[in-house]
Amino acid sequence: MKATSVLMAGFGGQGMLLAGKALAQAAMAEGLQVSWLPSYGPEMRGGTANVIVCVSKDPIASPLVSRPDALLAMNLPSLDRFEASVAPGGTIVVNATLVARACARDDCRVVRVDARALAQAAGSERAANFVMLGAYVGATALLPTRAAETAIADEFRDGRERHIAANVLAFRAGVEAGSANEVQA
Amino acid sequence: MSKVLMKGNEALGEAAIRAGCVHFFGYPITPQTEIPEYLCKRLPEVGGVFVQAESEVAAIHMVYGAAGAGVKCMTSSSSPGISLMAEGMSYIAACELPCVVINMMRAGPGLGGILPAQSDYFQATRGHGHGDYQCLVLAPASVQEAVDLMTLAFDLAEKYRNPVMVCADGMIGQMMEPVEFRAEGRGPAMAENDWALTGCEGRPRRIVNSLHLAPEKNFAQNVRLKEKYDRAARDEVRFEVYGDERPDLLLVAFGTMARICKSAIDDARREGRRVGLFRPITLNPWPYAPCRAIMDAMPEGAKVLDVEMSMGQMVYDVKLAAEGSRKIEFYGLAGGLVPSPDQVAERIRALLP
Repeated sequence: MKATSVLMAGFGGQGMLLAGKALAQAAMAEGLQVSWLPSYGPEMRGGTANVIVCVSKDPIASPLVSRPDALLAMNLPSLDRFEASVAPGGTIVVNATLVARACARDDCRVVRVDARALAQAAGSERAANFVMLGAYVGATALLPTRAAETAIADEFRDGRERHIAANVLAFRAGVEAGSANEVQA
Repeated sequence: MSKVLMKGNEALGEAAIRAGCVHFFGYPITPQTEIPEYLCKRLPEVGGVFVQAESEVAAIHMVYGAAGAGVKCMTSSSSPGISLMAEGMSYIAACELPCVVINMMRAGPGLGGILPAQSDYFQATRGHGHGDYQCLVLAPASVQEAVDLMTLAFDLAEKYRNPVMVCADGMIGQMMEPVEFRAEGRGPAMAENDWALTGCEGRPRRIVNSLHLAPEKNFAQNVRLKEKYDRAARDEVRFEVYGDERPDLLLVAFGTMARICKSAIDDARREGRRVGLFRPITLNPWPYAPCRAIMDAMPEGAKVLDVEMSMGQMVYDVKLAAEGSRKIEFYGLAGGLVPSPDQVAERIRALLP
């Protein structure tokens, strides 16, 4: 596989850092090198939060990336801020629930998913982060979905096992939407 | 052993236990608070001691006491907190006691900000507190290297009876990467020695003291410390070389900055430029001779670019290594801004058009 960097961004509390951790865990379980570099600062709930996940066969040089291969934008401020930085030919997954405007890049694959609706249908509105991750994995086939599902389930093995089903189902719904490759008109 | 995905700060905490440290004294400060947070849960599980002190000043003096009693001990903090520890560090070095101090550097000066920086380089490598002493300073560039250097830090502290500082930028602390712990369980205790205050029943008294009012006696202490630092400079330098071996442009950088430089170097080499990286792992002792050897082997007219997350601090050591043989260029951002791979690549292209 080609070395890949993914920038995952949203409001604090929307779970993009957690979704990034699941991606990193899944890639690590597949024997790949990974790094998970969060933006950290004087953040608060409702503020912005983002993480860069790098995945590679070879040791990762810089965990900080100027031109990520993919952007998962959970809200409008994330798309506004990071859209231009995505490498040409990259993938942009947009949360259509919160982002009304079209993506301005015509040299990237753009996947729009109604993350909240798909998450609600899966059993939990709060699983929208894993819908986004699913859409990315579905669109790129970066990893086997099984590895990602295991990593997602492992995030809840601390007495919160009752949440596993909805989050895994949300991920699957995302994969389906992503692999249908609903390219922006 | 299998790899686990861990945040740098937590991995450093676990690495300390694997290295045999079971006494931690500290005070919370971003971006290193996960170190005490992790250890306050883990240390009681391995029969250790965790104390949240009332301040950094108190924490370093608790380390002073524990080190004097001959136990492997440590503290961790970030830039402003490390400044508060300067006095205690000087006393610990003066009394020739082993301890490890982690500085997860943030932007300064003053309270600065909580974002990553390398602006404490002077402080770490030039003595920090008062008097003729030095810290040995290790600078990891990845979570795995941070883990590995913790073992080395405790070994060097004990070998040289001197504070060892593990100096990383906030990114190392906050980042998650896969790590493998090479040692199982709680590491070995401090070896038997003739200096620790363990109760003098049945043996002559030992004294830990840094007050030497007679100048000759104080000078003898200064000389002994200097001999120790000279020995470390001879035996303990560590570094990494990356990229072209006889480059037209040599970058010098440490910690996360060095990894960012690697990505920029990869780009530049793909474009046909001959670029290399020299990364000191020991910031003190600094690997002057190996760096100079690379400079001497470079083609005539080849350039050197020092890159830091500061306004230019290590650049003086690079100049010392060059001893005027080459002009040293500098590029850096500070205040919590981090030079991106693209920004470094742009500098490389400007120097090697």
